[in-house]
Amino acid sequence: MQSTKENTRIGFYVCHCGHNIAAMVDCADVAKYVKGLPNVVLSRDYKYMCSDPGQELIQKDIREYNLNRVVVASCSPLLHEHTFRSATAAGGLNPYYFHMVNIREHDSWVHTDRGEATAKAKALAHAAIDRVAFHKALETKTVKINPDALVVGGGIAGIHAAMTLANAGKKVYLVEREPSIGGHMAKFDKTFPTLDCAACILTPKMSEVGAHPNITLWSYSEVAQVDGYVGNYKVRVKRKPRYISEERCIGCMDCISQCVFKEPKFEDEFNEGLGKRKPVYIPFPQATPQIVVIDPNVCLNFKRAKGPDGTPIVSDKCKKTCVEACGDKNAIDFTQKEEIKEIEVGTIIVATGFKTFDSKRIPGYGYGIYKNVYTALEIERLVNASGPTGGEVILREGKNPDGSPKHPKSIGIIHCVGSRDKKTNIWCSRVCCMYSMKLAHLLKEHTDAEVYNFYIDIRAPGKGYEEFYNKLLDEGVHFIRGRVGEVTDWAMTPEEEGKLVIRVEDTLAGYVRRIPVDMVVLSSGLEPQADAQDVRRLFNMSCGTEGFFLERHPKLAPVNTFTDGIFIAGACQGPRDIPDTVAQAGAAAAEALVLIDKGYVEQEPNTAFILDEECSGCKSCVPLCPYSAILYDETRKKAHINEALCKGCGTCVGACPSGSIVQNLFEDEQIFSEIQGVLAYD
Amino acid sequence: MEMTRTIKYEADRVKGFGEEVMSVPGCEELKDCIQCGTCSGVCPLSIYMDFTPRQVMEMTRFDFKNEVLGSKTIWLCASCYACTVECPRQIKITDIMYELKQRAIKEKVYPRGLPTPVLAQEFTKMVHDYGRVNEILLATKMYMKTNPFAAMGMAPLGLGMIKTGRFSMIQEKIRGRADLARMLETVDEGK
Amino acid sequence: MKYSYYPGCSLKGQGRAYEESLLPVMRHLGIELEELPDWNCCGATAYMAVDEGKACVAASRNLAIAEKAGLQQVLAPCSACYLVLNKTQHLIHDYPHIKSTVDRAMASVNLKYSTDIPVRHPLDVLISDVGMDAIKQKVTHPLKGLKVAPYYGCQIVRPYATFDDQFNPTSMDRILEALGATVVQFPLKTKCCGGSLTGTLPEAGLRLSYIILKEAIKRGADVIATVCPLCLFNLDSFHGKIAAKWESTRIPTVYFSQLMGLAFGMTAKQMGLQRGLVPMKPLASAPACCAARTAAAAS
Repeated sequence: MQSTKENTRIGFYVCHCGHNIAAMVDCADVAKYVKGLPNVVLSRDYKYMCSDPGQELIQKDIREYNLNRVVVASCSPLLHEHTFRSATAAGGLNPYYFHMVNIREHDSWVHTDRGEATAKAKALAHAAIDRVAFHKALETKTVKINPDALVVGGGIAGIHAAMTLANAGKKVYLVEREPSIGGHMAKFDKTFPTLDCAACILTPKMSEVGAHPNITLWSYSEVAQVDGYVGNYKVRVKRKPRYISEERCIGCMDCISQCVFKEPKFEDEFNEGLGKRKPVYIPFPQATPQIVVIDPNVCLNFKRAKGPDGTPIVSDKCKKTCVEACGDKNAIDFTQKEEIKEIEVGTIIVATGFKTFDSKRIPGYGYGIYKNVYTALEIERLVNASGPTGGEVILREGKNPDGSPKHPKSIGIIHCVGSRDKKTNIWCSRVCCMYSMKLAHLLKEHTDAEVYNFYIDIRAPGKGYEEFYNKLLDEGVHFIRGRVGEVTDWAMTPEEEGKLVIRVEDTLAGYVRRIPVDMVVLSSGLEPQADAQDVRRLFNMSCGTEGFFLERHPKLAPVNTFTDGIFIAGACQGPRDIPDTVAQAGAAAAEALVLIDKGYVEQEPNTAFILDEECSGCKSCVPLCPYSAILYDETRKKAHINEALCKGCGTCVGACPSGSIVQNLFEDEQIFSEIQGVLAYD
Repeated sequence: MEMTRTIKYEADRVKGFGEEVMSVPGCEELKDCIQCGTCSGVCPLSIYMDFTPRQVMEMTRFDFKNEVLGSKTIWLCASCYACTVECPRQIKITDIMYELKQRAIKEKVYPRGLPTPVLAQEFTKMVHDYGRVNEILLATKMYMKTNPFAAMGMAPLGLGMIKTGRFSMIQEKIRGRADLARMLETVDEGK
Repeated sequence: MKYSYYPGCSLKGQGRAYEESLLPVMRHLGIELEELPDWNCCGATAYMAVDEGKACVAASRNLAIAEKAGLQQVLAPCSACYLVLNKTQHLIHDYPHIKSTVDRAMASVNLKYSTDIPVRHPLDVLISDVGMDAIKQKVTHPLKGLKVAPYYGCQIVRPYATFDDQFNPTSMDRILEALGATVVQFPLKTKCCGGSLTGTLPEAGLRLSYIILKEAIKRGADVIATVCPLCLFNLDSFHGKIAAKWESTRIPTVYFSQLMGLAFGMTAKQMGLQRGLVPMKPLASAPACCAARTAAAAS
């Protein structure tokens, strides 16, 4: 080990980082200590090493003092390792002769005793000085970027990201799980705070997606497998059978009108179960693509015949009037099977959205018990002109004396259902205050009812949002500050008879109140999709504790993930409204474009490689690699690591029984000398 | 007309009271209270309270010790635990009410004429002395101490109890009275 | 199956009909109950309001006695006892200062509290250990046509829901249905009856009992079934006062165990039904002799 140290000339720099480090670490003392260590030619402390003068200092010293190793003790390598490596390179050295010590996040920020923090900084510096002597010159490798992109999820986030990339001339695959793109936004009636109609602004974008020459739209499809690495992902997409040929269906919908079911009979998912559809259906009039779907669970043709494994099979038990109606177009194909498509893309944008909180989880609010308790999404459909009632707000239960449908005269909207609650979801769902107010406005407009909002805090921090709140106050919508205790159907006074009673503390007046209403609307919060964990694994991303996908940095890398080339946009990352979602989708597309237009990426050389002469061919490393980077060469009977796939996690290095795997920047002598160094200080 | 000052000066606070309550195991979550009022909303007795449970939480947090310990609210809590299970911050409100009751009794600052704290103390005494409680004797003692006239109103009920064979004036005692008393004494010794 | 039976003060006092009905019903179902020797009062809601440490010591003495007797499980039919014993275990478990207080008290009389003996409610035992099938098999006089409002009260599902749903418990509903009764939908099934406030602050306490009674009548119930001696006392004892203040709400309240006994062919007298202040109408399904007896007992 001593041999390499002979001609080592190390320059050491300790950064004050303003007060960030200097307030807790005696930087001059650290510099003084390091100066006395072997091989250290010079040792300085400086106010801001990352500043231009700081970087120039390194370059100048390399030349003047003939340095061949550089160590900087400052912040996290995540922040400035690249900066100092560049400075080292500019000084004429291989950038991997540089090593960084984190004495801010790992030291000054987390300790309260200046003496001990300074001692720790010295120990860490000592470790780096001992280690850097064994650093070797390494080459950065570049990898080409496939210019095609994949967008997962066809809500407003996915639509906007796909359009942005496609308009920039890139080929995009857009994969959507449902039969149509549009996501939650397609279900909304109007949007806050401008009250423009959601469909009017969304559906043109949807048709554009459908018609765009650069976009391949695969609806009713799911990503099944993702392999590869940044720039070169191989993706398998499962295309679910819709029993309709996408090529031949022209969207005339004759099959729907001619279905043996004369009346729609089955729960209509798009209308939140408030309406009915047939077994052959199109989710909503502006659905994109304009291609019908057959639901094998209710279609007679399938229902009456199931294979031994329970899957639907074709039978002769239905008259198949739909096939007759389709005629020469011949688009109905009952034999259609699930299909797997393989594509290659360079970048992926995950925009899989959210799900709404299941309001039944708060039994005290009566959803599923009292029929006139609704979710907000149900109300979106109920007030929608193209919704199941044509925009007429009628109650699920109760009729007027003359038998006509009943309209609510009083409505209570309960905010924060499932949100800000340690028993369910602790986070604020961010959009509910505003959508509750929007629904309050729409309901008042449609019914002229007395509308009460029950809120904990009104959160309206957006452009025009507070003004919207003010507008509602002017319109006479009531706001009561208090989280509702319970919704019941038992009456204490004559005016409560036959009504739903909301019991709440009006916390501003200081009274407990009972307020009878005809209709209760639950503003359910937003939560991660039920299969978010599966999707996370699929794309090798991380999730926060609440289950939303985790961005690489909350401020500085909000659409990046910890996997290069994979980005996130929209509510899959956390609750957000439409303006923020679209902005984020644009940002994700821009980040993807950065990679695509650059054409290549530089890869960290901290990869592992195999010492052929030592490898016994035991294969124990092969299944351990989380990135499938290790292959076994049958002819040579040796393992081989694909550098492009290796992420430098070190799993194989630790596991190799013959010690034949080495990792750049983490070689045994580097690590052992680092350990010796850290233990040398006492 | 008598006017009451409602503004609170810093001098009206008993600084440290809130911290003290919140440091009692089981009461720590009070720090997380967002004053949403769910506790009052589900409390069946909030309608008779001088302060709603939510207000008691806030007043405790802000050291209004005299107001809290002197309130009727804590003695109206029937321990039904509705607030505790519904609180979105999982504050054990019922247990905080118990904590406040204990302090009010210890400092003898509960509202005069309120029978609930009297009952609690008589109950405790009976357990201490005999190991068991006779509900009839207990009720009698409580009425005698607080409102002897109300006891008269209870006569028909007592008659009903006699008729249905549920009335007994015999105080049941456990054999291990001395043991129990000894055990309870160790609690005071440990304080 | 053998359990240590912890009756609590009420079941020996004004709530004795609960014991009178529960013991034979359990015996009929093959459950052996052995009364805990020299048990003491659990402390109910009152003791915790005065001194938490002492309350825990008093309650845990019972558990230590059960432990010493080598008994595996404690059956506590009274809601307050059930909650207090469970809560005491939780407190000993969660808070070291309570544990040391209890340990010190135990040591002073050579007792030991070392395990958390399961403290169980009869509904739990009936649903989980006996099973619905075994209950159904014993039904000889189904309670046909009897509309029952199931009233659980607060303390068996709150704050700890160990065997049933906290917000909508159904164990008693299922038992009553097995007996052949019609269970009315009763959203107040876990509301507070007023507890001891009916005595101390009647204006506040009685109002809660009144709401429960009124709503049970409105929903067409013939009788309210309960699991708690204090609930029964409150719902049964103050009809005069409630009528004077609000309106008449005369509907009988009985223990669920009394209804079980009737369905198993036991007599109203055996089940202590004569101890209710508001009599329950004789059942159509009861054998002639029994019906007569029910009427006699009730009058």
